[in-house]
Amino acid sequence: MLHKFAKLVAGCTVLLVLAGSLVTSTDSGLSVPDWPTTYGQNMFTFPMSKWVGGIFYEHSHRLIASTVGLLTIVLAAWLWVAEPRRWIKRLGVVALAAVIVQGLLGGLTVRYFLPAPVSTAHAALAEIFFCLTVAIALFTSPGWIGGEGQVDDAVLRRTATATSVLVYAQILVGAAMRHTGAGLAIPDFPLMFGHLIPDHWDARIAVHFAHRLGALLVTLSILATSAHIWYHHRGQRALARPATLIVALAGIQITLGALTVLSQRNVWINSAHVVCGALVLTTSLVITLRSWRVRFAMVRGHDRGARRSTGPARPELADGRLQTDQVRLEPDTTNATGMRA
Amino acid sequence: MRLRNVWVYGLGLALAATVVGCGGSQGTSSTSGSAASPAGAPAGMKVDIATAGNVTGSVMVDGAVPKNLAIKMNADPVCIKENSGVQLQETYVVGSDGKSLGNVFVYVKDGLGNYVFDTPTDMAHIDQKGCRYHPHVFGVRVGQPIEISNGDPTLHNIHALPKDNKEFNTAQPLKNMKIAHTFDKKEVMVPFKCEVHGWMNSYVGVLDHPYFAVTSDSGKFELKDLPPGTYTIEAWHEKMGTETQSVTLAAKETKDISFTFKAPAAPAN
Repeated sequence: MLHKFAKLVAGCTVLLVLAGSLVTSTDSGLSVPDWPTTYGQNMFTFPMSKWVGGIFYEHSHRLIASTVGLLTIVLAAWLWVAEPRRWIKRLGVVALAAVIVQGLLGGLTVRYFLPAPVSTAHAALAEIFFCLTVAIALFTSPGWIGGEGQVDDAVLRRTATATSVLVYAQILVGAAMRHTGAGLAIPDFPLMFGHLIPDHWDARIAVHFAHRLGALLVTLSILATSAHIWYHHRGQRALARPATLIVALAGIQITLGALTVLSQRNVWINSAHVVCGALVLTTSLVITLRSWRVRFAMVRGHDRGARRSTGPARPELADGRLQTDQVRLEPDTTNATGMRA
Repeated sequence: MRLRNVWVYGLGLALAATVVGCGGSQGTSSTSGSAASPAGAPAGMKVDIATAGNVTGSVMVDGAVPKNLAIKMNADPVCIKENSGVQLQETYVVGSDGKSLGNVFVYVKDGLGNYVFDTPTDMAHIDQKGCRYHPHVFGVRVGQPIEISNGDPTLHNIHALPKDNKEFNTAQPLKNMKIAHTFDKKEVMVPFKCEVHGWMNSYVGVLDHPYFAVTSDSGKFELKDLPPGTYTIEAWHEKMGTETQSVTLAAKETKDISFTFKAPAAPAN
């Protein structure tokens, strides 16, 4: 039940990302000049008849954000009470802190007329919060607890982690591009001012170019990770399925990016590009976390509580590190004190 | 670990307190309702009307301007009700001759030396009516109050985006609401926009002297009571940029000048 609720929170966060991207795409961020009130009224009692023009997007975003905030409070409390693993309890608190800071950043960006650094930070933290909700949903899933799809593959860990970092960096560049009005700084696609490389430069062209270059790097990284999984771990559905999904999402994302330029930033295409980017990131995160799943069990073995409770110590090298090829892969069932449930 | 959690909560509270504190000061600084004289104006000469002259002229466009973009007002039923027929942007206002250009802000950019001028106390006005700004282009003086009113039975936000003056964004949710605002630095031009109705935009030129005008649909303008001297006159258009020229005016002389903007090659609304 807790896992289902965590999935619900993650699902609502996708909706929130869409609502936020629509606010930027429609340039509605300042259609409600006050915060946390809405035209001087309590935002929860602001009548629907007044949700006109840009207010519809901005006010919807605030209400969905409030709902996600409320759901996150419930999730954090539920994890605190019912979840035996202490580090997941803390993850719930971190998610709650993130959504609170995110709300404050949203308020700041309204009160200070959308300063690009604050708006970009708002977009950046949105992605981190989405990652947190997806991670909590993953960690509370029966598959994770049961140790599904564990592989001890250092190459996969490195490539998957690098891919997630690259995707996040790419999203940051994309957010900076959106919030500095550089989305059409290079107006053609796939060429740039009719050339492979822009023939003239300014700051906005540079950030736009960086986003296109980043797309190429991210695509290569995603293909490398997925190819590695298909070649070495085809039988592990927990890895093979997201590996296929992320390639499909990357293809859709590149198409949406191209169409965003070619359509002169059509509102819905532009917003779908933002949402798809978030889905690429979280899919990469799932692959990355699953690639590290084996290490989660090892870290637990190092817990002081676990050492006290699990009897004979596992084989260790002279420097105290675990001998990795002898680690037993077990369900992660440590309780709040680090002891096995 | 508990200590660490307490630290995290403390940080959150501190952030919230900071935001509330910052927000409070912002809320009081964005608008003002009283006229203010430009601070520290140097002592200087007053214009002698007996020797003053005039600059008259016209603004033309060379070539066919792009068609104004159509406005879709269906985001707000009130705007549809207030308007009938096809609604277009006001980017290009061209006279019946196809050449004269309206909504161009013409002003003395340079040459007034240390002449000083009294700050007018009468209000300039901008109204939001029919989900448009009236006027679309206008000028005010530094320190002159602008009355901003909402003539529509719907919500507007009025958002000024100056570079040198203080930015503000104010809600006007009710019909007949009025606020006053004063710009305290000269700036050509300060855009206004409404984010509720994305098509609504307006521009105000803020100057420390009275020599400015906005061209009519026939492209005509007049700058009255200029003292003798040599001036740089600039014409500003929201899409076609600026054109300048120098004019030397003798005592009691009236000079006629004209500006010609090159029409953009492609639609650029």
